[in-house]
Amino acid sequence: MTTEHIVSSYEDELASLDSKIAQMGGLTETLIAQAFDALCKGDVASANNVILDDAKIDEFELEIEEQAVTMIARRQPMALDLRQIMVAIKITSDLERIGDLGKNIAKRVLSIHTEIQPNQLMHGMKSMQDLALSQLKDVLDAYAERNTEKALAVWRGDEEIDAIYNSLFRELLTYMMEDPRNIGLCTHLLFCAKNLERIGDHTTNIAENVHYLVLGTNINEARPKGDNTSRMLINQDD
Amino acid sequence: MVATHVVESKAPMLEQTNDLAEAETTNVEPAEKSTKITSEDVCVYYGEKQALFGIDLEIPENSVTSLIGPSGCGKSTYLRCINRMNDVIDICRVTGTIKIDGKDIYDPSLDVVELRARIGMVFQKPNPFPKSIYDNIAYGPRIHGLTSNKAELDELVENSLIKAGLWNEVKDRLSGPGTGLSGGQQQRLCIARAIATKPEVILMDEPCSALDPIATATIEELIDELRSNYTIVIVTHSMQQAARVSQRTAFFHLGKIIEEGETTQIFTNPQNEKTQDYITGRFG
Amino acid sequence: MEVQEEMSKDLSTHSAAVKRRMSQRLKKRQAAEKRFQFYGLAAIFIGMMFLVILFTTIIGKGWPAFLQTSVLVNVNLDPEIIDPTGERNVDKMMQANYTKIARQGLYAELGGKPKNRRDRKLMHNLLSRGVDVQIRDAVIADPSLIGKTVPIWLYAHGNVDALLKGAIDRNTDNSSRLVKDKQIAWMDKLVAEDKMVKRFNWGLFTHPASSQPETAGLGVALIGTFFMVIIVLLLAIPIGVAAAVYLEEFAPKNRITDVIEVNINNLAAVPSIVFGLLGLAVFINFMGLPRSGSIVGGLVLALMTLPTIIIATRAALRAVSPSIREGAYGVGASKMQTIFHHVLPLAFPGIMTGTIIGIVQAVGETAPLLMIGMVAFVQDFPTTPMEPATALPVQIYMWATSAERGFVERTAGATMVLLAGLFILNAAAVYLRRKYERKW
Repeated sequence: MTTEHIVSSYEDELASLDSKIAQMGGLTETLIAQAFDALCKGDVASANNVILDDAKIDEFELEIEEQAVTMIARRQPMALDLRQIMVAIKITSDLERIGDLGKNIAKRVLSIHTEIQPNQLMHGMKSMQDLALSQLKDVLDAYAERNTEKALAVWRGDEEIDAIYNSLFRELLTYMMEDPRNIGLCTHLLFCAKNLERIGDHTTNIAENVHYLVLGTNINEARPKGDNTSRMLINQDD
Repeated sequence: MVATHVVESKAPMLEQTNDLAEAETTNVEPAEKSTKITSEDVCVYYGEKQALFGIDLEIPENSVTSLIGPSGCGKSTYLRCINRMNDVIDICRVTGTIKIDGKDIYDPSLDVVELRARIGMVFQKPNPFPKSIYDNIAYGPRIHGLTSNKAELDELVENSLIKAGLWNEVKDRLSGPGTGLSGGQQQRLCIARAIATKPEVILMDEPCSALDPIATATIEELIDELRSNYTIVIVTHSMQQAARVSQRTAFFHLGKIIEEGETTQIFTNPQNEKTQDYITGRFG
Repeated sequence: MEVQEEMSKDLSTHSAAVKRRMSQRLKKRQAAEKRFQFYGLAAIFIGMMFLVILFTTIIGKGWPAFLQTSVLVNVNLDPEIIDPTGERNVDKMMQANYTKIARQGLYAELGGKPKNRRDRKLMHNLLSRGVDVQIRDAVIADPSLIGKTVPIWLYAHGNVDALLKGAIDRNTDNSSRLVKDKQIAWMDKLVAEDKMVKRFNWGLFTHPASSQPETAGLGVALIGTFFMVIIVLLLAIPIGVAAAVYLEEFAPKNRITDVIEVNINNLAAVPSIVFGLLGLAVFINFMGLPRSGSIVGGLVLALMTLPTIIIATRAALRAVSPSIREGAYGVGASKMQTIFHHVLPLAFPGIMTGTIIGIVQAVGETAPLLMIGMVAFVQDFPTTPMEPATALPVQIYMWATSAERGFVERTAGATMVLLAGLFILNAAAVYLRRKYERKW
């Protein structure tokens, strides 16, 4: 990075902000992985753990926000520092939302764990989860390394998640139409898929913030939007 | 409820979040302003030592331009070139051109005294003359013969004090000594004194460095008001102040301009590493 | 980080030995400070003591000079002696024998003219030799007194005065005493009748030079000093201030001005006698100005004061805060306007102080005046600076070298007058500074 601050405690505070975000990010990653694992296995205990763990993420968010506000008041940050602090606030709020989405998946486990989950569907869900998780991991790395290339890659990669989501959506609808008894399970799974898609969106936000943090400008491209589900009509004829 | 901000422009800025449509019109500067002061390749030498190296800078009309940079970077030297204050120093030599409204101010046919009447200056330490408040303001108009009788002079003094936001505080003691005012009042008296000669440009050399935060806020509010009628160039050591009062900022380092641009851009996303290091407090 | 922690640890947990050493050092430092203060106080005390000794000796010796023993004599202003023709011709009246009139009056007071010639001489010597001038002046001032018998206070002889003031001891042997037994008897009689009294000595300020102490005064010296002060004021202040303003504000800084500056500083340190020599060579021998005239003295003293005034003025100008100059330039004042409207008024108290100190120095100066002949015995009051005059310090010098008993007290008395004058000038300097000193 650039030269160090003259005031070393300022430098320390900025470093601690980064390390807290890294910790929070790591926690979020594990939480999503656990939640999905619980979903696959129908593991209620694990799901309950996830719900409890989300509280930790919320705590992290509060802590980081408080530190950021204090730093703004005490240091009057400028330029890069200002961007870092502002971006930290935004990233934490995204991470907190991601945590909430993970918790939501875990909650659904509690209602659907008794039902047998169709393997094929779960396979699609799994690849979506893997992709979302690797995106999240990449964006956190991009943040830690201040790497815009990586961030841009993540930002562009969201299209893929959207594509998987589109096909999952279609698939789930088909299941529901095939057998109305599947509707309960499939609705829950649909929401889980939606949650994963949302996680992807938050990851994209983080990627944008990393870009802004490093270069001071917003990404100057139209974002590839892959989520077509809002326009999707299911006809019996399809 | 909430007390009004001393600096009024802050209030609309805070409301902006609720009222996005209006914010567009209140806070964004008209993009193009005509250039008031143009400097081309300005170099200054103190004897053998060169203090400024080829300064090129365009200062737009009716706006505040702040010059920032570490001590000894030449920002004050540059400021003093604009009203030829450096002429007073024997060993000082200036090359290059500085034009105001397209006219070279170093043209030998131009009278320095007249130039300085057109360019007001406010200094770091409030320096009212050890005379009455009235005489402090009336001095400039008197030596330049701006008024023809006492009534006109009275009016000019009153107007200058009103513009400087000091009239209500001193109208009952115009014959009292200028040095008897508080620091912030003295500085506003100096601004009134500068305004009295009807200048187009006001140069300020760290005008708030000797003042407390409230007096500073009052001066900043005043600068914000004056901007609609005057071109203001301000040298400041306070980055926050530069960010608050100016529309454009130039960063000086070792006698050169490192970066110059919109204030908002300089303070959120400077392009040059040195600027970044300086404004974030990383200077080594 | 680690280094910092170590340092802070070091500071907070001193070993006992370090603490002991620190407290010992602290005691030493405090003792050193007390000692230094004591030295300062001692220096001031010694200085004050010398001052007190100086003043007590001068005042102790000098105060009798302000009193003069006089004898009240009823003099018969006999027209036969004063104006036998009755023309009231002033020139002739001036030449009358007033001493005889005085003596006749004294005979009457002391019970008749002694038969013995020696006794007569002794009686004559009770009165000053200058009494004729006193009576003459009274007559010229009011010719209508002629023919009448009027009481006039006549100066007693210097020796009588000295005896009465205790400077001559009554108890010494008659033969070696300046005032003989018979004279003492007469004096006692007059004193008993309140006809021989010590009166305030206005003559000290008004009389010109004289070989008798009782009629010697500072009149000529005061006039000479006054003329010289006026000349110094008129010449040294404008020239000095103008030179200082030019050198400080306008002159380019180059080799020539450097040389001038060094020379001005050196001039201030040149012994004053050298200025006397210069005055003698240039003003008297070359320009032909009158010797002993106060104009030459004034010129020489003005030359001597110039460096002091220039240096003081430059210091005062330099002390004016540059922010005031900047302020003036900033509103478009020209250089001259800046100097005359702002800088000079602010430097005024400093200039005044320097100038007055320079003048005080000049007033007290003796050596250069000796060189240009102002050490003359001048009996006529000068009316213009071209006429011969003396100056206060020179007068003191001359009296100090006179043998008569009465001159000792007059020397001290004149010194008191000089000191009082200088004190008043200094007080004026302080007052002016207080009045015009403005804060900025």
